[in-house]
Amino acid sequence: MSYTVRKFDAVVVGAGGAGLRAAIQLSEAGLKTAVLTKVFPTRSHTVAAQGGVAASLGNSEEDNWHWHMYDTVKGSDWLGDQDAIEFMCRKAGEAVVELEHYGMPFDRVDNGKIYQRPFGGHMSNFGEKPVRRSCAAADRTGHAMLHALYQRNVKVNTEFFVEWQALDLVRDAEGDVLGVTAMDMETGEVVVFHAKATIFATGGAGRVYYSSTNAFINTGDGLGMAARAGIPLEDMEFWQFHPTGVAGAGVLITEGVRGEGGILRNADGERFMERYAPNAKDLASRDVVSRSMLTEINEGRGAGPYKDYVYLDLTHLDPQVILKRLPSIHEIGIQFAGVDCLKEYLPVVPTCHYQMGGIPTNRFGQVVVPQGEDKAVPVPGFYAAGECACASVHGANRLGTNSLLDLLVFGKSAGEMAVDYIKTNVKAHKPLNLESVEKTMARLHRLDNQKDGSNVHETRMLMQRTMQKHAGVFRFSYLLKEGAAKILEVADAVAQTGIQDKSKVFNTARIEALELDNLIEVAKATMISAEARKESRGAHVRDDAHDTPETPDGRDDANWLKHTLWHRDGNRLEYKPVQMKPLSVDTIALKKRTY
Amino acid sequence: MTTEDDRRVRIDRLKWHCRRSLLELDLVFQRFWARYGEVLGTDDETVLTRLLELEDHDLWAVVSGKQAIADPDLMRLVERLRAT
Ligand SMILES: Cc1cc2nc3c(=O)[nH]c(=O)nc-3n(C[C@H](O)[C@H](O)[C@H](O)COP(=O)(O)OP(=O)(O)OC[C@H]3O[C@@H](n4cnc5c(N)ncnc54)[C@H](O)[C@@H]3O)c2cc1C
Repeated sequence: MSYTVRKFDAVVVGAGGAGLRAAIQLSEAGLKTAVLTKVFPTRSHTVAAQGGVAASLGNSEEDNWHWHMYDTVKGSDWLGDQDAIEFMCRKAGEAVVELEHYGMPFDRVDNGKIYQRPFGGHMSNFGEKPVRRSCAAADRTGHAMLHALYQRNVKVNTEFFVEWQALDLVRDAEGDVLGVTAMDMETGEVVVFHAKATIFATGGAGRVYYSSTNAFINTGDGLGMAARAGIPLEDMEFWQFHPTGVAGAGVLITEGVRGEGGILRNADGERFMERYAPNAKDLASRDVVSRSMLTEINEGRGAGPYKDYVYLDLTHLDPQVILKRLPSIHEIGIQFAGVDCLKEYLPVVPTCHYQMGGIPTNRFGQVVVPQGEDKAVPVPGFYAAGECACASVHGANRLGTNSLLDLLVFGKSAGEMAVDYIKTNVKAHKPLNLESVEKTMARLHRLDNQKDGSNVHETRMLMQRTMQKHAGVFRFSYLLKEGAAKILEVADAVAQTGIQDKSKVFNTARIEALELDNLIEVAKATMISAEARKESRGAHVRDDAHDTPETPDGRDDANWLKHTLWHRDGNRLEYKPVQMKPLSVDTIALKKRTY
Repeated sequence: MTTEDDRRVRIDRLKWHCRRSLLELDLVFQRFWARYGEVLGTDDETVLTRLLELEDHDLWAVVSGKQAIADPDLMRLVERLRAT
């Protein structure tokens, strides 16, 4: 197989919110910038975001970045880096106003200011009461954001490579990043994008779980590429789950359904939440509901052929109320569960929603790796932002609307740092390391020539089911242990996938096999990091982490207030300290997280 | 390339264009391909290509029955998507 080389000042992989924001910075600085994307930019997953973007503008009531910072640190269960969190919360206003200048049609109040609405976990006065902090454009915030950012990129001459799949990172012997290898889906041609700076903005890897609210495109490609190139992945044990996704489909059923009187039942029809939360019952907090559902399933009271979901019962409610207050639920039931929820139970299961961990970066969007004593040394020429990166602002648990903010702030930072690096440090492209390129060619060659290969679809399903069972929303130590062994077996099967169709042009079988190569890295990182973390914190909750005065809710700060770094090489783990010192204010001191 | 190869490329391209930003749409199209992938005619291809030009939220509004579209060809395809 042959390849060609194209030179750019900078290459950005990903055209969601993070990639588009970063690219504006590069192109505006007059740099020749390529943006690669698997799908048309405005079909990136950012489009799905409806809730809004957080910024303490204080347009509707008093608010400030100190309160936003406090909420974010608390939400992260103190695993977030306080310097990066301060940085993000202080930059939020500017990020939103910039977006407004790019033409984002935010909702407004009568005086013309941006309208703001409340969102879970965002409070005033250091956790006192809910505050209006989310800025939205009707229920199409992500979509409007992508359009504004894309238009701006077109204006500043960013070069788009749509329907190109980046395959591997190119590094030289010194570890500097020199671009990526990528495949043009239309022709199957492999091209090396040789660049002075490379920015990853490839989004999350939610498809690693069987039940996921994420679109099919979210296969963690950036994480796989980074891991294969020797970059560790940070805090991959932390995934946010939503309690009620439609079983087998993942489509989200809003909390409002239980608010209107929906009841959770096990296979025997029992209203099991009465046993776990006698007062709040079905309206207990997200984690309590998810954990109870999982316990029912693990103890054999799940429904369905695999006994792997529970029911959400609305049949006792007035059909008129359902159709009026929850119009989309009826349609979702019919489309994705084949169930008329007015007459039958809906099958539901806790569902993966957001990836908190990712490629380790600092607050400037520079990818950082451990080197000896220093745990955060920047990799020359490599940057990351958005859901694929771990800055780390979300720590062990993300607050809603903070991820759109994350991708704006760190997308811009990464772009700015890359501009600075290119203009001050690299006068010319460093010579390409062909060995690094050969690795991609070998991977493609292996796939095309695999004899009796494992089936991509079946292997992916096996991985997803293993993840769901062994590293799901609530974690049991014995399941994690078994899971760590099982996921390595799945990885062996992934290393031997085969495809029937070897054609070059628009070969979706090949694309999906290459995506699976990335997902499996995420799966290993998650399972192995989760098995090792012997505490409960934020979204990582284990059965054997007990609530004691020293370890409230199982959180063990004495031993586990640290970030995980998973290395692909030998599945090795190491840890680095959490940055507890903000930039200009006092540390937000550790305390038990209660709402 | 043979006519059969041509068709495969067109279908694969269309399939890829059915990868959307919303999970709801991914799922609807996944079922559609499983059912009609083998038998999709060239006319269907043309109509599907047009339907896929819609923005994702608009497409979902149409497919979930919240909104209608005037074009009868598109509407017929939407009915099939809804019924699959
Ligand atoms: C249903 C849902 C609702 C949400 N609502 C909100 C909300 O209201 N507020 C909020 O703050 N957050 C929300 N989130 C989270 C938020 O939407 C995401 O975290 C965020 O949009 C991720 O943006 P991104 O730019 O990092 O990646 P994405 O938008 O996922 O973009 C990734 C890009 O990378 C490209 N790409 C990937 N791999 C490759 C490759 N190999 N080669 C080339 N290109 C590649 C893709 O084509 C795409 O362009 C929601 C998430 C979900 C699932």
